[in-house]
Amino acid sequence: MNELLKNLTEAVGVASNENEIRRLIRDLIVDHVDEWHIDAMGNLLALKKGTGASPLRVLVDAHMDEVGLMITDVDSNGTFKFEGVGGFNDRTLLGKVVQVGPEKIIGVIGARPVHLLKADQRNSVVKMDAMRIDIGAKNKDAANGKVKVGDYAAFVTEYEELGKTAVGKAFDNRAGCAALIELLRARPYPFDLYASFSVQEEVGLRGAQVAAYGVNPDAAFVLECTPAYDLPNEDDVSPNVALGKGPAIYVMDGVTIQDPRLVAHITRTAAANAIPFQIRQPGGGGTNTAVIQRTRGGIPAATIAVPGRHAHTPTMMIHLDDYANVVKLAEAALRGLTPQIIKRN
Amino acid sequence: MNELIKKLVEAYGPSGFEDGMRDLIRPEIEAYADEISVDALGNLIAAKNGDGSGLKVMIAAHMDEIGVMVTHITKEGFLRFTNIGGVMPHNLMGSRVQFANGTIGLINSDRIEDRSKIHPLNKFYIDVGASSPDDCPVGVGDAAGFVRPFLAQGSRLTAKTMDDRIGCVVAIEAMKRLQSTPHQVYFAFTVQEEVGVRGAMTAANHLDADVGIALDVTLTGDVPEARPMAISLGKGAAIKVKDSGMIAHAGLVRLMKQRADAANIPYQLEVLDGGSTDARSMQIANAGTAAGCISIPCRYVHSQSETVDANDVESCIQLLVEILQNPIEL
Repeated sequence: MNELLKNLTEAVGVASNENEIRRLIRDLIVDHVDEWHIDAMGNLLALKKGTGASPLRVLVDAHMDEVGLMITDVDSNGTFKFEGVGGFNDRTLLGKVVQVGPEKIIGVIGARPVHLLKADQRNSVVKMDAMRIDIGAKNKDAANGKVKVGDYAAFVTEYEELGKTAVGKAFDNRAGCAALIELLRARPYPFDLYASFSVQEEVGLRGAQVAAYGVNPDAAFVLECTPAYDLPNEDDVSPNVALGKGPAIYVMDGVTIQDPRLVAHITRTAAANAIPFQIRQPGGGGTNTAVIQRTRGGIPAATIAVPGRHAHTPTMMIHLDDYANVVKLAEAALRGLTPQIIKRN
Repeated sequence: MNELIKKLVEAYGPSGFEDGMRDLIRPEIEAYADEISVDALGNLIAAKNGDGSGLKVMIAAHMDEIGVMVTHITKEGFLRFTNIGGVMPHNLMGSRVQFANGTIGLINSDRIEDRSKIHPLNKFYIDVGASSPDDCPVGVGDAAGFVRPFLAQGSRLTAKTMDDRIGCVVAIEAMKRLQSTPHQVYFAFTVQEEVGVRGAMTAANHLDADVGIALDVTLTGDVPEARPMAISLGKGAAIKVKDSGMIAHAGLVRLMKQRADAANIPYQLEVLDGGSTDARSMQIANAGTAAGCISIPCRYVHSQSETVDANDVESCIQLLVEILQNPIEL
């Protein structure tokens, strides 16, 4: 059992409410870094000093927030209305168990049982604003005593390993956080390595924007968990990425063209170290690379990701070999990064 | 000048992959710049020193072009692709594209059942003559630009990338003609404009100029059933007042008009409904920049036959030189 992945995914940290996950990560890295601090937005920033062999300052970012819900109102019957924090497809929510507020009150997102559905309701999607979280309170007063408007709710999914795959919540992006923690636990790099466990990625890449501004690095890598859509679908269409086929390397997504020199460095490094990799299908989506790249006078940046099925649902699945290879590839890419690779003349 | 235009408009340089463009432009400007640098995102920046009495001015013309990127190679060796910037499906059928390694691809689409409808982008494919993924000379993640020879017909100039290689030409020509200036002028040949004015953003942060002027194409209202717009080909440089991403600095607009009037340079005032330019990035960089744009009127923007008028190009060059060689009071 990978205890690191288990602990990180089971911790709670819905965007802008990252206290618990931040404390956990801090405790996991504190013995392996030279300095750490928490910036104004809540990003956990750490410095692992280098050997002095290279003058570069390199940032590695992994966002620690996860998608979740926020309580917006309480009904007279003691159930709660909610909004999504981050992107959801409404149909993934019904019948799921959530933990609400600082006390982690258990609730369920109620669903009308199939027996009571009218014919047309069986084929329609229930919208989020028609859903309620039921914590078993008998009326509004009883409910209000335990949960308040503005409280966050996170999913409850126990981490499990099924052979070579792991199942749990929030692999997006605790898989990236776990990889970054492993990078910090390794021996020093030739350069000063700055780690940012950033906040509020799921609501618009907000934490990394100020983290990158504060660190002002020469180059940056973003560690992510990217949606794998590799289950059988249309004929002869690429999966965007597939589970078990290695780290996903970004070239272009909906908001960023990755630095071609870093992309080439990463793919060369993978080939040289016999690490399998896949080019993530160019198209939509976006990562913290977007805001890091455009910070100040510009920062060369690229993204390496663990493929994860069922992203932005209460239960994701990753392949443990992909995760291990992301750690291996990121470490090798860091150790091989020279000023010449990102030099312009 | 047509020789320079031809060289730039036919070159490869989709957003994010502008290395070749940089290599083409650098020798054109080396003799006229006091210093040349390339920043982290790849913007090529040429400084022309002033006498110390003026302002810090950033001129931006983007080197990148719209294009496509491979997303999938079919069993039969055809390439599916996505867009880089504002590629429109109705302009694609029969087009040719070129990859960085020189491979030429032909674009066609899945069978058309209803000729009154246009397929979405994901129903188009590129044929590079391969018969399987194994013998395909390009891969997923490779970018391509369009192929179309430069055409000069009277004063009308047509190419696949007038947007914005003609802006680069205006910048280069202005550098050549600018004998002396009171201003510290930075000519930035920017990257990644077509995907969201990204290059100019970091260049503007870095240069921290007082005044920013973009050089880019704008649409016209002078073709059949055009969306009404008071810009015509051949009627002069367009001084941008507003587009959907920026309201130009009023003092800078006033100055541009004064300089044009004083030097008898024909101009038109531009209000553009859709789209924006590097000026948007410059305006909101750091603590703000007085930003505006000199636009080159252009028909058929984002098609492979973008068309400008040589007289308008000349007016734009003259206007930029007039602005830069005189004091700028806002």
